[in-house]
Amino acid sequence: MLRKSRFAALLGLLMLGSVATAAVPDTMAQRMLACAACHGAEGRATGDGFYPRIAGKPAGYLYHQLINFREGRRLNAQMTYLLERQSDDYLREMAEYFAGLSLPYPPPQPNQAEPARLQRGLQLVRQGDTARGIPACNDCHGEKMTGVTPDIPGLLGLPYDYLVAQFGAWRQGTRHGAAPDCMAAIVAKLTPEDIDAAASWLAAQPMPADPHPATSLPKPLPVSCGSVTGPGASR
Amino acid sequence: MKRALIILALLGAGAAALVFWLGLRSDPGDISMVSPLQTPAGLSVEERGHYLVRVGDCMACHTRQGGADYAGGRMIPTPFGDFYSPNLTPDPETGLGNWSADDFWKAMHEGRSRDGSLLYPAFPYTNYTKLSRDDSDAMFAYLRTLPAVKEARREHQLQFPYNYRFLLVGWRALFFRPGVYQPDSAQDEQWNRGAYLVQGLGHCSACHEARNALGAVQSRDNPAGGLVLNWYAPALAAPAEAGVQHWPKEDIVRLLRDGIAPGASTLGPMAEVVYESLQHASAQDLDAMATYLKSLEPTQPPARGAVQVPTHAVDDMSKRGSLIYAEHCASCHGDAGEGAPPAAPALRGNRAVTMAAAVNPIRVVLFGGYAPGTAGNPRPFGMPPFGSTLSNQDVADVLTYTRSAWGNQGSPVSAAEVARNRQGPLW
Ligand code: HEC
Ligand code: HEC
Ligand code: HEC
Ligand code: HEC
Ligand code: HEC
Repeated sequence: MLRKSRFAALLGLLMLGSVATAAVPDTMAQRMLACAACHGAEGRATGDGFYPRIAGKPAGYLYHQLINFREGRRLNAQMTYLLERQSDDYLREMAEYFAGLSLPYPPPQPNQAEPARLQRGLQLVRQGDTARGIPACNDCHGEKMTGVTPDIPGLLGLPYDYLVAQFGAWRQGTRHGAAPDCMAAIVAKLTPEDIDAAASWLAAQPMPADPHPATSLPKPLPVSCGSVTGPGASR
Repeated sequence: MKRALIILALLGAGAAALVFWLGLRSDPGDISMVSPLQTPAGLSVEERGHYLVRVGDCMACHTRQGGADYAGGRMIPTPFGDFYSPNLTPDPETGLGNWSADDFWKAMHEGRSRDGSLLYPAFPYTNYTKLSRDDSDAMFAYLRTLPAVKEARREHQLQFPYNYRFLLVGWRALFFRPGVYQPDSAQDEQWNRGAYLVQGLGHCSACHEARNALGAVQSRDNPAGGLVLNWYAPALAAPAEAGVQHWPKEDIVRLLRDGIAPGASTLGPMAEVVYESLQHASAQDLDAMATYLKSLEPTQPPARGAVQVPTHAVDDMSKRGSLIYAEHCASCHGDAGEGAPPAAPALRGNRAVTMAAAVNPIRVVLFGGYAPGTAGNPRPFGMPPFGSTLSNQDVADVLTYTRSAWGNQGSPVSAAEVARNRQGPLW
């Protein structure tokens, strides 16, 4: 494609005798090539466990993260450096671009977690832990854990290392969501064993046949989240 | 013998007195000079102040990421340690709540705080001293209208001996003379307006002049290029670096306002200056700056130390570099470095690539980046970071190639220099 258009440019040059420049498409995909260096081609994540997939995630969620990096509510020097001087409008366009990509997911990472740990993970996801005030992850992240548009991310298809790093970031205060920061409150209640169990289970799941986020919440949120708007957002 | 000693002692005391006098004397300033920046009629003093504070880029240093506007707390890394900017909001305890317009003038014009203590020149009062009293008062009036935010001052983390503020007496005696801008009557109004902006309010020389070991700008009115915030700020008067004498005026305005111009784009700290400050400057002020910059006497680029790459190694580096270029760079920058505007700048004949100091191209290849998103360039294209895909040697090779291919005449880049630039905060 690129070769072809360069050929066209060359032809143009021969005919016009003007200054040669490589023909590069004036598209959002071209603008977002810089992201691929870490997030993989078209944002579908690389083998490296710390770079999350961004393709196909809900637009509102992606937008909030881009704003959070820009404003220093979520700390990652490289991400902040890249987005520091971009407008809300452009960040919104980036979020919508990546949200609109529907790409195949790689099979889950091979997993060595023992069954008891996976069992505990499944329990947290499906039921939570009422005794300790932990709501089921399902209640917010969707029945199939593929997220809920526009603001809640899916949790499948993410590497174990990335998931654990996010829980750590909320603990250490290097990641914040809009107040009330429901995830920070939930993470504060999880033990290191819970975190390990939940991340192990999540990283071991294949994507369901339809990997798209759900379009509405199953029921009103169990606790309110500042970053979630729309019906069912507050209880 | 005794007489000689007495004379010596007297001389010593005289020198010390001179240092203290130069470093501590107060200077009321020429308050009769009226600002060359007349603004449209009907603008209130506060509105005028708002504009001046924007163009002075107080925001960049006095607002930390995610913090309240002008509440301070931003870290400013320097070779002497890390400075933390103070709070400029009208909070009486932690900000400027108890300050008067006279106190503020003393800070801007003389570099002294309300209590008389000497201020570090990380605060570019060395430039702001050129401001007129009416501009200082307007800025202060605007700052008074901000919501008061309680944000305590963070102590600077400076190395010994710079942590002793009183040592600034000596520094000031050597390097600082307060003085309001004096219009040059041989030049027209627009030129003087530009000079006032570039030398004073816009504090371009704060970055664009080389600094000596004591952090003082080395030359006075001849911006000579220097390292700042891990980047190299090229010499503003040297056409081989950042000089724009030969550019059409519209292109200079585009660079300052939009962050890109044909054959050039702003990066790192300069992108911040454009984003936070210059994109908000009025058409008249942008034109004035361009007028002044075009009139600067062209200079040679500052001399650099010899390159530490053995000549026999350069051919191999270039050869390897050309392969890396074809694989990773040509798709955007073109097979012959011709670029694909607006998607990627030309690297052929681009002084940002060939400049003697290789710091900026190294940082661009390692960390990538986007030009600032401005009204004139709201959806910039991005340069991918290669810091994790390419080794130090790879980066040195591809840059050595890029700096010498297609008629470019830059010097080789060593892997050691690339390694040095992997560290330090991003800007
Ligand atoms: C130098 C590598 C690098 C580049 C280039 C990069 N990112 Fe990231 N990005 C990261 C890392 C690392 C994280 C995870 C940060 C964390 O753990 O909090 C991340 C996280 C994100 C997230 C949050 C994902 C989530 O699920 O919460 C979004 C959205 C994102 N990046 C978008 C982008 C966009 C858009 C670009 C291009 C403009 C980009 N990134 C370029 C390294 C990079
Ligand atoms: C009350 C609703 C709610 C519940 C319950 C909840 N989450 Fe979340 N979660 C969210 C929201 C909202 C976000 C997005 C936060 C943001 O925008 O910053 C999120 C984000 C996350 C992320 C970051 C995803 C990424 O791509 O970076 C992880 C990981 C996560 N949640 C894990 C969990 C786990 C594990 C549980 C169950 C123990 C859980 N969540 C329960 C609402 C919830
Ligand atoms: C390059 C960064 C930078 C810029 C730009 C900057 N400042 Fe500052 N400013 C500082 C630092 C650092 C200090 C603290 C100096 C010290 O502690 O000696 C400071 C101190 C001050 C003070 C003295 C406060 C006190 O408590 O003594 C005032 C007033 C001030 N700045 C106003 C401004 C205004 C107005 C502007 C814009 C026209 C501005 N500054 C632009 C970095 C900056
Ligand atoms: C905070 C430091 C800083 C300040 C203040 C600053 N600059 Fe720069 N400037 C830089 C750096 C670093 C570069 C090199 C990176 C680049 O090319 O953008 C640069 C580059 C430039 C260039 C060359 C761009 C090119 O690629 O050809 C011009 C022209 C320029 N600056 C003009 C100005 C003017 C005019 C001002 C004052 C209104 C100013 N700068 C203030 C740091 C600064
Ligand atoms: C996806 C397209 C793309 C690729 C691939 C790419 N670049 Fe770039 N490059 C850009 C863009 C866009 C800019 C302008 C960035 C800016 O304005 O901040 C740029 C800027 C630069 C600059 C600074 C030029 C200036 O005027 O300031 C250098 C040097 C550079 N690239 C070198 C390289 C090298 C070497 C490679 C290969 C290792 C490479 N680029 C690969 C898009 C690309």
